[in-house]
Amino acid sequence: MPTKRFTCSLQNLEPICDYISDCAKKAGLNDSDTYAVQLAVDEASTNIIEHGYGQECPSRIDITCEIMEDGLKVVIYDDAAPFDPGSVPEPDFNVSLEEVKPRGLGIFLMRKMMDEVHYESSPDKGNTLIMIKRRSN
Amino acid sequence: MDIQTTDYKRCTVVKTSGRIDGSNAPQLAQTLKAITSKGQSNIIFDMTDVNFVASAGWWVLIDTQKTCKPSGELVLVNIEKGIKDSLNLVGMGSYFRIFDDVTTAVGNF
Repeated sequence: MPTKRFTCSLQNLEPICDYISDCAKKAGLNDSDTYAVQLAVDEASTNIIEHGYGQECPSRIDITCEIMEDGLKVVIYDDAAPFDPGSVPEPDFNVSLEEVKPRGLGIFLMRKMMDEVHYESSPDKGNTLIMIKRRSN
Repeated sequence: MDIQTTDYKRCTVVKTSGRIDGSNAPQLAQTLKAITSKGQSNIIFDMTDVNFVASAGWWVLIDTQKTCKPSGELVLVNIEKGIKDSLNLVGMGSYFRIFDDVTTAVGNF
């Protein structure tokens, strides 16, 4: 499927999710898996827009869907400063409500919702996030 | 984002529709904060028409639950399967009681 380009705005989260929903349906994912991919891509896009991976919004967010034999691959490219998702601590929900710290849920959700999450970054080539969801039905 | 609030004798019902994401979660936070700052700590969030909740939305609900407890509680009503699955998968489900309908939730307070 062709790459779709989105500008750096939280108002674009809904159009991004609509595009992903369309891709997921074409890849034959069920409703539950489609929601999972929408959520993962929404979180990834929010991180890019809000944190700009370095406080500066990238000039673009390019999203490419690739329909695989057994599911869907989503590639998200941005040209903001490099960022290592592995550096963000996972949230801890095995604690009492008062002790819950508001951090890292977006990246945690991406990992939980998708079967594979890969991140590549270089100062001259930008950031590429590759996420794969396999059909569960 | 259209948010309706209905005050009952012992609780307030908050209802919205569509998506809760980074673009509109602050508006939901503002509404819930206005309710708790008036001293109401029994809140029902009717999610019947909500079809998407991103982490920004969950943090608003977690923050509100922290404010409401221990004197009151934020409860959730009628959550769509995909949303409920994501809530439970990350392990946040234990922080909220979930009811099937508003009437039962109101009766709980």
